[in-house]
Parts: sequence; structure tokens; C-alpha cells
Amino acid sequence: MNARPDPGALPGIGGETPFPDANGHFGPYGGRFVAETLMEPLLELDAAYRHYLADPEFLAEFDDDLRHYVGRPSPLYYARRWSESLGGARIYLKREDLNHTGAHKVNNTIGQALLARRMGKPRVIAETGAGQHGVATATVAARFGMRCRVYMGAEDIQRQSPNVFRMKLLGAEVAPVTSGSRTLKDALNEALRDWVSNVDDTFYIIGTVAGPHPYPAMVRDFQSVIGRETRVQCLDQIGRLPDALVACVGGGSNAIGMFYPFINDAEVALVGVEAAGDGIASGRHSAPLNAGAPGVLHGNRTYLMQDECGQIEATHSVSAGLDYPGVGPEHAWLKDTGRAQYAAITDDEALTAFDTLTHLEGIIPALESSHALAHAEKMAREMRTDQVVVVNLSGRGDKDIQTVAALRGITL
Amino acid sequence: MSMANTSAATAPTRIAARFDALAAQGRKGLITFITAGDPSVAATPAYMHALVRGGADIIELGVPFSDPMADGEVIQRASERALAHGTSLDDVLACVGEFRREDSDTPVVLMGYLNPFEHMGAARFAERAAAAGVDGALVVDLPPEEAADFNAALRAAGLDQVFLVAPNSPERRIRTVCAAASGFVYFVSVKGVTGDKAAAIDEIGQRVAMTRAFAGLPVGIGFGIRTPAAAAAAAAVADAVIVGSAIVEIIERGGDAAAVAAAVEAYVASLRQGIDGERRSR
Repeated sequence: MNARPDPGALPGIGGETPFPDANGHFGPYGGRFVAETLMEPLLELDAAYRHYLADPEFLAEFDDDLRHYVGRPSPLYYARRWSESLGGARIYLKREDLNHTGAHKVNNTIGQALLARRMGKPRVIAETGAGQHGVATATVAARFGMRCRVYMGAEDIQRQSPNVFRMKLLGAEVAPVTSGSRTLKDALNEALRDWVSNVDDTFYIIGTVAGPHPYPAMVRDFQSVIGRETRVQCLDQIGRLPDALVACVGGGSNAIGMFYPFINDAEVALVGVEAAGDGIASGRHSAPLNAGAPGVLHGNRTYLMQDECGQIEATHSVSAGLDYPGVGPEHAWLKDTGRAQYAAITDDEALTAFDTLTHLEGIIPALESSHALAHAEKMAREMRTDQVVVVNLSGRGDKDIQTVAALRGITL
Repeated sequence: MSMANTSAATAPTRIAARFDALAAQGRKGLITFITAGDPSVAATPAYMHALVRGGADIIELGVPFSDPMADGEVIQRASERALAHGTSLDDVLACVGEFRREDSDTPVVLMGYLNPFEHMGAARFAERAAAAGVDGALVVDLPPEEAADFNAALRAAGLDQVFLVAPNSPERRIRTVCAAASGFVYFVSVKGVTGDKAAAIDEIGQRVAMTRAFAGLPVGIGFGIRTPAAAAAAAAVADAVIVGSAIVEIIERGGDAAAVAAAVEAYVASLRQGIDGERRSR
């Protein structure tokens, strides 16, 4: 038993598995696939990441910010009414929606901003889909007095306008991206172009466990506070580890953050949930692990949605945060090794779960997290009442009320 | 079919032969880039011939990709135009095959991003590219550390692999890149994307010389070079000058194919004069 008396304490992070290797490989996935101008900055970042994630002073500052600025540890909440309505397993919610800025994203942006300060970078950039990572980046930039520019697809700017305004209030510049499909993948391209043009003074805060090494490992390590707390809270509240963990997967940072500290607990099932959009068979989805093939995009090898010529395909999901054609390379590896399973949930199923949780528990979940809730519901129905499922409620749904209203023909 | 393979094993490659000839004449090379399939697959071989008529020594032919992360807006738009009518890597190879019907001397290097090549398969790509008359490949998002398999496949087919050196590459990285490179080395003159800002040639001369020494290969300078004067300045420190976005802009402006080809030829000729003028003034 690894029970730690203090769920917020960070006794050093990472190292649960031998992955990735020194060059960022998770089996055949990951790596560093970038133009040469970014190689040296990535090697410098890797050195800084390795140094500071073993530095007690850095970890203490990170821990202190997570407690007093983010509000950690986030509660592990037993959703009794919802669980009882299903008649199966007990479902607990890891309440990342209660973090400052309303999602798990801030865990990572604080970590990377602390790293940026130590590396002497006065400017940060970020890509964002739903706007949660953009807001979390703009937030830490405001707090640390850094200049901040956030790239966001023009289509996402339309559907997530409250978050766009929040970023602007926080002093960030929001740059609309009109190239390609005008969504998250194009925002990532544009952020990489900015970084290559401004490498001397700029730190690129990637929001998910994708991109070139060391980002997938570094973001995982910063987000793994979710799983460390969950582990301790499960032992404390239910007296044992849960039977299954469920989390939505776009790039996959909230899922890896929750899974990683349980990776060596074989009795705990790890279940990622991709966005099936209009249904896998429709082709209009964002589910590369379910319906894609390995390839290289945005600096790493992973499962991708691509056509017969290796061009990246347009994706669809009602949730902007899952609307991405790739997935973190560690998820690709966990899929291939069988350590984690990856399901897919349609827009309609997610919207139903959004309503269910709102009505039965008084919690409005993010549309991204609603995918995990919808799949947890299916699992729980098939499980015994003495079994436990923990869902990562990765974000709150305030940002999505316009989307949901529009689907119902309501103008706010 | 097998001519390219057998000749590659016995004779110098087209790229080496071209740089040898330039050196013998005391001239610097001009490497020109266009995106295959922009505005159409049918137009591409004709534009390649126009580049050669204008005085290009080597052609870099862009393989369009949906996510061209290292390219500026001009080449991004060229990729989008080419992909709008479905230009595939097969089509790009067909363009080279068509070009080779009339030009068996000018080296052609494909330039693109890894995923379309990897999707075809490195070995299959290398064999088919060699058969089509391609001389080498530059895969922008494939640094030497990840390139071993691809590099082996190209070498087995007698193709060169061109790599990038960046203005912020320290000596250690320049050595790593040069150890993997063949054909020539592409020295990126600015920290940025293609077509971005003006190159600061005077600041990079020493690193270009270092690159040449480590690689034992010719070095071309590219990114942000668009005037005959800038080409002349780059030619003063390098073995070749690489120009892309400015040519793609001419194609983007459009018009009937013969007029576009004539404009491309005239522009390339102006670069050629700038470079050769630099030689004469020495």
C-alpha cells in the first residue's frame, strides 16, 4: 500500500514506469518529430524538466500553488443518487471541475509556467480547443506577469466565446487561426510556427500529453497529481483501490493524469473515452484510438485520423476539447499493450449524460467530461453494487451552456 | 525501371554531379522550390521546366501536407490548393516521371512532412521515387535521431537525404545532422517559417562554413531569400541559394499557364543573374 498521509504532497513525480525512454519513446510511439530549429529548444526544455522535477524547491513551490491557488486536493465525491439510479457500481467523481479556472488544465499550466520562469522566458504561448487550456495559460501568465498569446481555431472561437472573453480579461492576446480546419490541430500548427519564430524569449505551454518529447511526459507528470490524490482518497474513503477509472481522451491529459499513479495496480481497469461524434461509422468523429492508424503529427508518432494518402482528416465532436485527430503517444502505447481500454461515446450520448448529472447531482459537467460520464454509466450498469468506478470530472460545463442552448434552439 | 538504381550504385548521383560541375565552373548553385499540384498536377512538370530554363540547378518539389507546421502562409496556401484537388504522393512521383521525359540532368529533391511518406512506407517510397527519377528527399519534421529507418531505405535505393541545420543549432547538433546528411545540407537562415523574414546572412557565414566542414558536402542557404541582391549575399557564403515562397507567390497570382511559366522563368533568371554577378564581382 502506498497510502500517503498528505494527498497534496509531492514526493517527487514521475518514474512509475520506465516510459518514455531518453528520447521520448513509449514503445514505437512518441519521439521528437520537429524541424531542426526546434530541436535545441526541446533539448534545453528536456534538461530543465529533468532537473526541476527532481528539485525539492521546485516541487514545493508547485505543491504550494496547487494547494493555495488551484484549491487542491480536489474532492472525491460519491455520486449516490446517480449511482443508485443505475443499480450497479458506485460511481465516484474526481472533482477537477472545482479547480480554479474550472478544469484540470491549470495543474499543468502552473507547472510549465514555473518552469518557464526558471528558464528565463518572459513570454508564453499556447494552443486551445475548448478554451480551458487557453484560460489556464492566460491565468498563470497574468499571475506571473508574462506576456501571453493563445492560438485558437476560428471555429472554436465561435463556439466557446465565453472563454475567449475570459482570456482577454486576463490580458492574453487571442489569435484566431483560419488555416486548415480552423480547430485545435490548426491552432497547434500555428503555435509551433510562433515558437519556431520566437524561440529565444518564448515558452510554449502545450496543453495536453501530445507534441514532441518532453511534452507528453512532462504534462503527464504535472497532471499526475490527479491520480495521486485519487489513490489516497480511495484508500481513505472506500478502504481499497477502485475497480475502474474512467476519463475522456482528446489529447488525453486528464486521463493520463488520473491513470498514471495506478499504472502498476493491475486490478484497477483503466478506461479512456474518445469522442465518437455522429458515430464511428459516420466518419464524423474524433476517435483515433478506435478508428485511426499510427502516423506522425505535431512532433510525435501516435494514432491519427488520416486518409489513404496520409493526410490528416477533419474531425468532429460536439466538445471542442476532444475535437483533435491525434492522441497522446502514451495512450497509443497503453492501447497496444492492453493496459488501458479505449471506448467511444457519441455526441448524443454525451449530451444525455450532461443532463443526467445536472439533474441528479446538481453538477453541470463539461461536454468533454460528459463523454466519460456516459461511458461510466454503461459500465456501472453491468457491475455489482459493491464495485467502484471513479470518473475524472475533468471540467465544469459553464463554458458549454451556449453550445447546449444552441442545440435546443435557444439563444442566450 | 531499374536504371536509376543501377546508375546510382556506379555513377555519381545527379546532385553530386551538379555540384561538381558548378565547382568546376566556379559558380554557385540555385535551388528552387515549388509545391507539386499547385495549381494542378498537370501544370507542375511545365513549371519545373520553367525553373530550369530560368537557371535553376536543383528543383525542390514540395509534397503537399495537411499540416505544414514549418511553412509560412504562402506555402501553406500552396499546400491547401494542391490538396483541394487531392494531390497525393503518387501524383508527385508522376510529376517527376513526366519531368524526366525531357530532363534527365536536373536533380529533383522532394520536400515534405513525414506522414505521407511513412504512410506509403519508407522502402516502397524509396524504390518508387528512384524509379520516377527523384534524387533525394528532405523530410522537414524528421531529425536525424528519428531518421535511421527512413535513411536506410533511401540509401538502399540510391537516394540522398537532405537535412536542415538551423541558425540556433550548436556545434554538437551540426555534427549530428552532418553525420546523417547526403547530397547537400540545407542551412536555414532564420529562426522562423518559410518565406518569413529577411535572412541575416552576415551573421551565419561562420556556421555555414562549419557545416560544410563537418558534412563534407555542399551547403545551401534558404528561408527568406527573395531578391537577386539577397541571393547574391547568400551565394557569397554558401554553395547554393534556395528560394521557394517568392516563386510560389508568382504561381499563386495565377493567369494562363504559359504566362505563369514565363513569369517564373524570368524571376528565376533574375536570381541567377544576382548569383552569377556575385561570382563576377569577386
